[in-house]
Amino acid sequence: MNIYVLVKQVPATDKVKIDETTGTMKREEVEAVINPLDLYAIEGALRIREIYNDSHITAVSMGPSKAEEVLKEAISMGCDHGILLSDRAFAGADTWATSYTIASLIKKMGDFSLIITGEKATDGETGQVGPSLAGQLNLPIVTYVGSIVEVRDDYIVVEREIEYGTEVVRVKLPAVISVVKAIGEPRLPTLRGKIRARETRIDVYNLESLGLNREEVGLSGSPTRVVKVFYPRISREGKKVKTSTPDEAVNSIIQFLEIRGIL
Amino acid sequence: MSKDVIILGETKGEKIHPVTYELLAWGKGLSEKLNSNLSVVILGKNLEGVEEIIYYGADKVYYFEHSALDIFNVEIYSEVLVPFIKKMQPEIVLAGATTTGRTIMPYLAGKLKTGLTADCTSLDIEEKTGLLLQTRPAIGGNVLATIKTPLHKPQMATVRPKGKRPLERDPNRKGDIEIIRPEININSRIERLDFKTREEEVSLVDAEIVVSGGKGLKDPQNFSMLFEISRILGAAVGASRSVVDMGWVEYPHQVGLSGKTVNPRVYIAIGISGAVQHLAGMMNSESIIAINKDPEAPIFQVADLGIVGDALEILPVLKKRLEERKRNV
Ligand SMILES: Cc1cc2nc3c(=O)[nH]c(=O)nc-3n(C[C@H](O)[C@H](O)[C@H](O)COP(=O)(O)OP(=O)(O)OC[C@H]3O[C@@H](n4cnc5c(N)ncnc54)[C@H](O)[C@@H]3O)c2cc1C
Ligand SMILES: Nc1ncnc2c1ncn2[C@@H]1O[C@H](COP(=O)(O)O)[C@@H](O)[C@H]1O
Repeated sequence: MNIYVLVKQVPATDKVKIDETTGTMKREEVEAVINPLDLYAIEGALRIREIYNDSHITAVSMGPSKAEEVLKEAISMGCDHGILLSDRAFAGADTWATSYTIASLIKKMGDFSLIITGEKATDGETGQVGPSLAGQLNLPIVTYVGSIVEVRDDYIVVEREIEYGTEVVRVKLPAVISVVKAIGEPRLPTLRGKIRARETRIDVYNLESLGLNREEVGLSGSPTRVVKVFYPRISREGKKVKTSTPDEAVNSIIQFLEIRGIL
Repeated sequence: MSKDVIILGETKGEKIHPVTYELLAWGKGLSEKLNSNLSVVILGKNLEGVEEIIYYGADKVYYFEHSALDIFNVEIYSEVLVPFIKKMQPEIVLAGATTTGRTIMPYLAGKLKTGLTADCTSLDIEEKTGLLLQTRPAIGGNVLATIKTPLHKPQMATVRPKGKRPLERDPNRKGDIEIIRPEININSRIERLDFKTREEEVSLVDAEIVVSGGKGLKDPQNFSMLFEISRILGAAVGASRSVVDMGWVEYPHQVGLSGKTVNPRVYIAIGISGAVQHLAGMMNSESIIAINKDPEAPIFQVADLGIVGDALEILPVLKKRLEERKRNV
């Protein structure tokens, strides 16, 4: 079966530096990495291929040409092939326009069984691209997948990790799934994989080769607009700060809880 | 009167999920500013207490009842909601950022070709345009971004559960409940085979008291003292991301931007510095106690009782005193 895994290149958010005056990210100074949660999407795809031997995994990313790096990383982990959607016109896309652009690729390609995404990208933290893509392609979607139970020609059985428990779901293929960390620790790239990644050519699609119009993609195709970026202001005032011995500290905690009727 | 603000209610079995009432608190200010109806659409089977939705602030409830709507199924829910939204043409649609809301909302927005903003921490109406201003953390919570959907309708947003308290319940409030029994003609490609419930000790998001620990506790042994103190207090245990990353405690305990949002009556932060990403998950607590060695720690900017001291010395005393009290009652 043909499987697509969506991987995004994101800034390493732990080390993000913010421009104090504009409130925007200093992108040049930040290292770009594969979205850590997308490693689990890749791991999910590889596990499916272990169950269903005759599978071909294509990693897909939309981003600048530098995003080719994350596709190479996906291949070094074991994906078969990589496709980059890259065009200046795609810049500034929100989740709707991103999904639309990826959907146009999927429609262009032949038969497939599964599209796998990460839970969310650590930069935007929305987790909307998978479900939006499914909505646009009119495919079923199963979110928060923590384990693959069964893989058949025309359906898979998976477990969803949601509030209050685990839902076991059967979904007909083709389908979209988004996976969470419970799927299992992502494997490391192998030496053979790295060599293969170096030798594999990444296919690149742009506005024209996807047959799209400029108005439908990127910022102009995005229903949402960021109108302001600002620093979080802490809306509550701290009160007493005191240095005290452990006994005094405990007294004040107990008193605080008593006043509020908790003790 | 302008078009409705619609809340997508949520169910838990045959009950109304409490996030529905929180969403009404979010929607109320918006519908007042727009001079519009605040409506709730809810899907389910044999739902109990639908009138509660009115008591908590809705003007109108659209209750779609069908045996196929008893549990969440994105395809079947969308089959009902897409035509409903097209017919009602609401200005705004809000849902909770639960696993259900986070699945159905982008699916609907994908089909309806409109904007959706996830995990908003504040919502307002722009005076001159009447547009929804949606504010959410961005770039890993380091900044906040305000987002608009200028040309597409409806304007859609999800908000974090526990981000706001429900309005006062008023059993004298009047409103209209319309029960709709839809025809459902699709055979969903998605089918639930089983559901295994997971019992949480004290659910973190529902807890009245949360005792939370950070890296300042130094090691997992010290951290486990929080479980003992919580047991005495009937509290839930929270954690900063650092300690979750180090494996001292499991991810479901994480509070903050990429963990859970809580608003207990008392939040006790022990050895937590108070990074913005952590504050994002606990700043709405009714009251906050912080224990930290460093008087400059940002957590003190939000604490109602701030104690500068060594947690490793304070916790054993606290535990002993609480045990004594318990024995004496
Ligand atoms: C995209 C993104 C998402 C994030 N999401 C979250 C999230 O959801 N939740 C979250 O918590 N963090 C989150 N973070 C991480 C966050 O930025 C901080 O790194 C983290 O909260 C710090 O944890 P901490 O307070 O335990 O550790 P530290 O910042 O190391 O603080 C430890 C504190 O303990 C104090 N201390 C040390 N010894 C003692 C002692 N003996 N007694 C008392 N106090 C002592 C120190 O003074 C210090 O203030 C996120 C970061 C990013 C980039
Ligand atoms: N530009 C992109 N290219 C490829 N995949 C993406 C892109 N943006 C989002 N995704 C996928 O969609 C998931 C959710 O992303 P998001 O909705 O941005 O939080 C990610 O984990 C990726 O799998």
